[in-house]
Amino acid sequence: MNVKLSRNELIAKRVAEELEGRLIVNLGIGIPTLVPQYLDNPEVFLHTENGMLGIDDVEEDNIDPNIVNAGKLPIAETKNSSYFNSAESFAMIRGGHVDVAVLGALQVDETGKIANWAIPGKNIIGVGGAMDLLVGAKKIVVAMTHLTKKNQIKIKKQCEFPLTSTRPVDMIVTDYAVFRVKNEELYLTELMPGVTLEEVKENTEANFTVQLKGEEVY
Amino acid sequence: MSKIIKDVNQLLREQLTDGQTILVGGFGLIGAPLTLIEELSNIDVSDLSIVSNNLGEKGKGLGKVLNQGKISKGIGSYFTSNPDVGERYQKGEIELQLLPQGTLSESIRAGGAGIGGYFTKTSVGTDLAKGKDIRVIYGEEYVFEPAIKGDVAFIKAYKADQAGNLVYYKTARNFNPLMATAAKYVIAEVEHIVEDGELDPEEIVTPHLFVDAIVQSRYILTKEGVVPVEREIV
Repeated sequence: MNVKLSRNELIAKRVAEELEGRLIVNLGIGIPTLVPQYLDNPEVFLHTENGMLGIDDVEEDNIDPNIVNAGKLPIAETKNSSYFNSAESFAMIRGGHVDVAVLGALQVDETGKIANWAIPGKNIIGVGGAMDLLVGAKKIVVAMTHLTKKNQIKIKKQCEFPLTSTRPVDMIVTDYAVFRVKNEELYLTELMPGVTLEEVKENTEANFTVQLKGEEVY
Repeated sequence: MSKIIKDVNQLLREQLTDGQTILVGGFGLIGAPLTLIEELSNIDVSDLSIVSNNLGEKGKGLGKVLNQGKISKGIGSYFTSNPDVGERYQKGEIELQLLPQGTLSESIRAGGAGIGGYFTKTSVGTDLAKGKDIRVIYGEEYVFEPAIKGDVAFIKAYKADQAGNLVYYKTARNFNPLMATAAKYVIAEVEHIVEDGELDPEEIVTPHLFVDAIVQSRYILTKEGVVPVEREIV
């Protein structure tokens, strides 16, 4: 296949590659919802906070409006699916029973903390499950475009928008690069195809250490 | 003694008064008690506090009741799904209490279980924890959240028997079983009403002691949106 992937698809594909082994994975709204189409690991079980474990893609003809994910998009059951109420679903999340959460973000700071629930002055009055996932999931992967639609920098020294949690995320996947977060510091570990280190530096305000495969630069 | 009520309008006129707190199930329109909400739009009440994940969608579900000016306070986790909520909030026409979804659901669970409140790590260090009590437990910071209770709960279930045992459907379950435990008067709207003995005791999610009244759904969510349905009441 020689299909050119969009920026969002490229990010989703890279996140999917990260999901190895037997895992319970929660996918947020936006780019994370594209991840399943690149998953071919039968041991990944998708959890959605509105009350379902074990999620598959749905064919257009089989859509049931009462089977949806947290983004209210139609989904299907798998052979081992289960349903549960919202409190039980968040007990799974806060209680440390979800292995990986893949979330979108508005901004990330240089310690790996994210802002993804509010923009001051705008009518975005919703937090959903983001704060619960950040305190409870064992690993947090951010899947987001490197820049805003207006080409503004999202990986900043400090977030201007309110933080979602005091806990730093573990990994950031953008259409420019992959960063890992260790001890509240960012490490650039991969460049996305066709992107140069200079381009990442120009479009990232936060300090980061370059640690590309097979080399260790300053 | 059956709990089935045929005249929903009269039931709501009897049970609802100005200034009450109503718990309303659903995640958006999924699992929302659309018949009870529709009837609420026909009832003359005001100054309601609504506990629900969202205040419906624009002009739909609770969005319709919102636009009638009957709701003075919303307690939920994701008001973004209805842009009218933000507009009214900016104009000072509605008070909002935003809670993380896990905190919203656990607070309702606590309310129904006789728990006054609890400590959670969720929201510690964020704007949503401002002004709330913090306690260090086993070396980690937790924030205190009080329980949530309602005067009336509007529940959507799939099936009920005559006694009021409830069975839910797929992800339309969400907040409904929790809210069924946490209000003084609980009205369950269901798609199918069956005879006692037809539900397997193993499949019942909400036992009948939580339910005060059962009404037949007259509006259901389909692929084409919300549609009216006619069903014979047992």
